[in-house]
Amino acid sequence: MGNQLTGAEIVFKALNEHGVEFIFGYPGGAVLPLYDQISQQKKIKHILVRHEQGAGHAAEGYARSSGKPGVALVTSGPGATNMVTALTDAYMDSIPIVCITGQVPTHLIGTDAFQECDTTGITRPCTKHNWLVKDVNQLAETIHKAFHIATSGRPGPVLIDIPKDIQFQKGTYKSAKEIEIDTYKPLVKADLSIIEQAAELIVKSKKPIIYSGGGVINAGTKASDALTEFARITNFPITSTLQGLGAFPGSDPQFLGMLGMHGTYEANNAMYECDLMINIGARFDDRITGRVDAFSPNSKKIHIDIDPSSINKIVKVDVPIVGDCLSVLTDMLKTLKNKHSDFCSSNKEHLSAWWKQVNKWREKKSLSYKKDDKLIMPQFAVERLYELTKNQDTFITTEVGQHQMWAAQFYKFDKPNRWMTSGGLGTMGYGLPAAIGTQIANPKKLVIDIAGEASILMNIQEMSTAVQYKLPVKIFILNNQWMGMVRQWQELLHEKNYSESYTEALPDFVKLAEAYGAVGIRATNPKELDEKIKEMVDIDRPVIFDCLVKKEENCFPMIPSGKPHNEMILGPDDEEGISEEGKVLV
Amino acid sequence: MPKSAYEIDLQDNKIERYVVVAWVDNEAGVLARISGLFSGRGYNIESLAVAQVDEDRHISRITIATNGSKQVIDQIQAQLLKLVPVHKVATYPIDDTSIFRELGLVKFIGEGENLKKAEQLCVDFKFEFLDKSSKSFITQVLGTRREVDEFVKKIKDLGQISVSRTGALAMKKGPETVKDNKGKVL
Repeated sequence: MGNQLTGAEIVFKALNEHGVEFIFGYPGGAVLPLYDQISQQKKIKHILVRHEQGAGHAAEGYARSSGKPGVALVTSGPGATNMVTALTDAYMDSIPIVCITGQVPTHLIGTDAFQECDTTGITRPCTKHNWLVKDVNQLAETIHKAFHIATSGRPGPVLIDIPKDIQFQKGTYKSAKEIEIDTYKPLVKADLSIIEQAAELIVKSKKPIIYSGGGVINAGTKASDALTEFARITNFPITSTLQGLGAFPGSDPQFLGMLGMHGTYEANNAMYECDLMINIGARFDDRITGRVDAFSPNSKKIHIDIDPSSINKIVKVDVPIVGDCLSVLTDMLKTLKNKHSDFCSSNKEHLSAWWKQVNKWREKKSLSYKKDDKLIMPQFAVERLYELTKNQDTFITTEVGQHQMWAAQFYKFDKPNRWMTSGGLGTMGYGLPAAIGTQIANPKKLVIDIAGEASILMNIQEMSTAVQYKLPVKIFILNNQWMGMVRQWQELLHEKNYSESYTEALPDFVKLAEAYGAVGIRATNPKELDEKIKEMVDIDRPVIFDCLVKKEENCFPMIPSGKPHNEMILGPDDEEGISEEGKVLV
Repeated sequence: MPKSAYEIDLQDNKIERYVVVAWVDNEAGVLARISGLFSGRGYNIESLAVAQVDEDRHISRITIATNGSKQVIDQIQAQLLKLVPVHKVATYPIDDTSIFRELGLVKFIGEGENLKKAEQLCVDFKFEFLDKSSKSFITQVLGTRREVDEFVKKIKDLGQISVSRTGALAMKKGPETVKDNKGKVL
């Protein structure tokens, strides 16, 4: 039995086989055999976070910015329950995470042992799949399956719960090559006949729009190239969901900006008025559709998605295409070039009336805001941050709220994997740990967490992690002392009843940075902003940038709840007409 | 009129009863995955029947009676197919293109005329007796949901009863069997 390994050795051998370089984790009683193993090897570097939720989001940031799965390791009980938010976040945004949790020894399971919880039971609805490993000889196979399921098809988080006695026991290692899962075979390639059907609609349409989403990013950088080529060949206007930003260059005139609740006037009106909608890797989320029964009423709809359950879930479509965005776009480009070469080479004169209309909507300048020479406008802060960092390869993460929407509106992404934000779950506290994971994956690059002062406090303890590993992440706080998006909804939908949305006591963020061993910078007026942003960018250490912005600014444009795309509020002078029905929606 | 994605359950779509059949790996937690999917997404389980049907491959057949519009039933099927231990899923509208059966055990306790009437009721329904005493019997009830309901309603009037029922089992009529449909557009 010379080739027998302990469970802990099997775990690390399997992680090596999958090319894992970093684990984000936090030790505890039920994972100590695994931590013994960490100190006895050099291939995998462990990043010690300060809270298990931080490990989860850091793994997400790592995955989103590198295209590789993120790996997290936490203990049983509270370690596992602290991980639940991050797993749910990754599940909603389709991020590949492999989470390993310790569990009490098998003979203690079910006895309410110290730090015991039903981890697989708790995480069943927030993982793509999970396992409790009760036989050490199943361990290697389980880990291989976990990596395969997390990274293929529609990616997502998986969890492996390993009781402590299994980590000690000896068993046989099995290579990933020997594993097959007969009930898990995601479709990658779509039927050519259905792609041809879509191509027919594409060449005939007079008012088309491309609506792309996170599925393009998840399909790899080549999918973004294919999307760009598809947009170029067709000359169709293109808009993107929050998660899809960067798949098509954000600074390109063909791009209409983000769509949806805080999307641009031109993107939302084009969605409403179009005769053909091409959804590429997006899921008709409620932040996108607004009122569903008035959603793009006169269009034919093509929907490309790798998850068959996304098709016809919210919006009925005319041409459903199940497949990977890269594979489908590649086949689509081939079909257009081979069967519709006239269309490909034409000057797209038939679209000129449509583009004229789109440009008319654009003239509304829906992202404009009132400039101020005494106070820093939050939009202005993000605009300046973009202008001063666009010449280098910058990675942006965010927390959740107004600052997140302003970042999505004013920071332009020209490449995929540069934008890490919690969209589906909307997790405050996501941005800092995600920035840490992003910086680990991209050591020499500029990584900025655009934050709000309320969100950042939810995982501020990870400053300590950033300092320990010398990760020069920049935290750019748009500090208005309010939970801004809550305050905005209270103003617009709850008769200005600002219940509990103001933070009466906040830390001094400059001193806080210094207490952690980082650098603190504060900007209080627009004149000093540029100089201070430059100072922040030039510091090769973690920085908290406390940007004091106008307190009661709202994020516009906005589609109020219960309204269709063509009934946007453009600004503070335009707030009529939120219906009683609309107020009950979130 | 629905106002947003939250009211997607389109009201003009007719709600009908369906049976959903899933072939799954017979492993720990698989039933929790299925029932959790139903409760988490707000689908209804009217009845449930589970048992292993293939001993060599450890495959169980789960039969769930539910209700919803066609769109909801399609979504249930698509969501079930996403679960890793699920091999294939079929949905049957509850109509005469499929066979449906429920099994029940009914214990009747009574005396004299009523006991005789109850026994005659079982004979009329062609149900077997599995146990008999001077004051009681147990009968095996077999039929569609409606037949079982009807029988239980009638016998209840005659005396004290105790009822145990399974969920419905379902099978499509004719020579076809359900093909593998993982990852397919429905």
